Amino acid sequence: MIWNERMECMASGELKEYQSERLKRTVDYIYNNSPLYKKKLDACGVDLALIKGIDDIGKLPFTAKDDIRDAYPFGLFSQPLENITEIHVSSGTTGNPTVVGYTKEDVKLWSEVMARALCCAGAKPGDMVQNAYGYGLFTGGLGVHYGALEMRLTIIPSSSGQTKRQLKLMSDFKPRILTCTPSYCLYMAEEAREIGLDPRKSSWEIGVFGAEPWSESMRKEIESSWNLLATDIYGLSEIVGPGVAQECRHKKGLHIWWDVFYPEIINPKTGKHVKEGEPGELVITTLTKLGMPLLRYRTRDIVSINYDICKCGRTSPRISKITGRTDDMIIVRGINVFPSQIEHVLLGIEGTKPHYQLVVDREAGKLDELEILVEVEHKIFSDEIKQLRIFEERITREIESVLGVSAKVKLVEPKTIERSEGKAKRVVDKRVK
Amino acid sequence: MKLTQLSVFLENKQGRLYEVCALLGKNKINIRALTVAESEEFGILRIVVDKPESAMRVLKKNGFTANLTDIVAVEVGDHPGGLAGILKILFAGNINVEYMYGFVEKFSDNALLVFRFEDINKAIKVLGKNKIRIVGKKEVDNL
Repeated sequence: MIWNERMECMASGELKEYQSERLKRTVDYIYNNSPLYKKKLDACGVDLALIKGIDDIGKLPFTAKDDIRDAYPFGLFSQPLENITEIHVSSGTTGNPTVVGYTKEDVKLWSEVMARALCCAGAKPGDMVQNAYGYGLFTGGLGVHYGALEMRLTIIPSSSGQTKRQLKLMSDFKPRILTCTPSYCLYMAEEAREIGLDPRKSSWEIGVFGAEPWSESMRKEIESSWNLLATDIYGLSEIVGPGVAQECRHKKGLHIWWDVFYPEIINPKTGKHVKEGEPGELVITTLTKLGMPLLRYRTRDIVSINYDICKCGRTSPRISKITGRTDDMIIVRGINVFPSQIEHVLLGIEGTKPHYQLVVDREAGKLDELEILVEVEHKIFSDEIKQLRIFEERITREIESVLGVSAKVKLVEPKTIERSEGKAKRVVDKRVK
Repeated sequence: MKLTQLSVFLENKQGRLYEVCALLGKNKINIRALTVAESEEFGILRIVVDKPESAMRVLKKNGFTANLTDIVAVEVGDHPGGLAGILKILFAGNINVEYMYGFVEKFSDNALLVFRFEDINKAIKVLGKNKIRIVGKKEVDNL
């Protein structure tokens, strides 16, 4: 089933008119409603009269994550705060988190695109969905919830965690759809086996997995463990959270709803469009949002795009799975982690900036593990184990409170963290491949 | 009356202890007393050497993290209850011992122990008042 067949299967020529009209309207709207954007557009000297259609999008300036952060908390909103119905927060590189605000219309848009995504994954009216994404400031839980509500599915808002209860709900209520992070799904399989439940006999037939990068081999593992169809969903809170793009049952890339979120793929160094099919940074312009519409937002996610029409009938282009990041952000158990946050914590503790490295790993069937190696420099060192332990514990505690994710701190000898061109390598992600 | 101890940070990796000792040996630095404190992931090598400052320089030059700490070497009767006698005095004087270890060699007929106190000056006072012999650097060097 296709949720919005008219928009999702529209011939690209006709759709282009929509995109062009919406882009013009959005640019105009932003210019008149966001003083910060007005300044930005004036400063880069774009003649807005020259933005006649979607093909002129390249004349507009990019928006970066820093633009949102610098405007903390609400500076980039295009609507007065009383018209914002929902605020979401994700971690920022240092200090201030990234804050986004949606109006009631934006939440309606979010519901619509999430309904499209669920349908695209194979959900149909009458299905029951177990939503094991976290509910809260993180957009995962509520996003899926809105989409399921729009589709009139039966929702089990189980949120993340409490695995035994998740499994009981699954066994007793028999939901057909599971939504959660892929690593949590595998973790649940392990837990199921431990309590003597055969995951292959679960009621889940379709999984909508996202909020962290995952590989094809992980997909195979999930599908064979649970005997379900594992689909990938993409989103980011700056745009609307989950529901920006979603795989159909053919699993050949994620359909991006380009009537509302216009994608471009650029070379992150030059800012120029890459050739079709080549990997580059995904840039998204929101074409209909009101609360915090964004022009050419640089997602920092590396993908490629395929404009061929999919066998499923949808005409939207498909982005590949995320193959990397232009910055050093990593996602640990669904939470964005920037090395600079760790640096901040270390600096705050000893007033020194020791070399450090983040090592993320995921054993089969387990959740992500974050280990932070810290080189023991003279200033930190003590002849007493006790003092070093206290130091370790302080880092662990503060990192947990800053990141919202637990990490294991390991003290290592100086100069043992790998350097490339004299610069320490900040992140080692062992989960990839 | 204080002696200087050299502490070295070591990861729990094969061969690390050897490397430190080999480095000191190559630089003609003699180890007089030694202990290794360990946790799951790392250890601290604590040593008393004849030339702590130059040992420190050598280690730092070779990328080790090390520091110097004041400690006290005390002569302890080599008989049952010998150590208990000293500890009793410390306990009565409200002196906190962070850690302690023994010398490789004996000092005359007595054992030689190294103490790391929370408050070294107070400890020296208490030991002196109780006529416990504290061994100086020269004596240790002449062992």
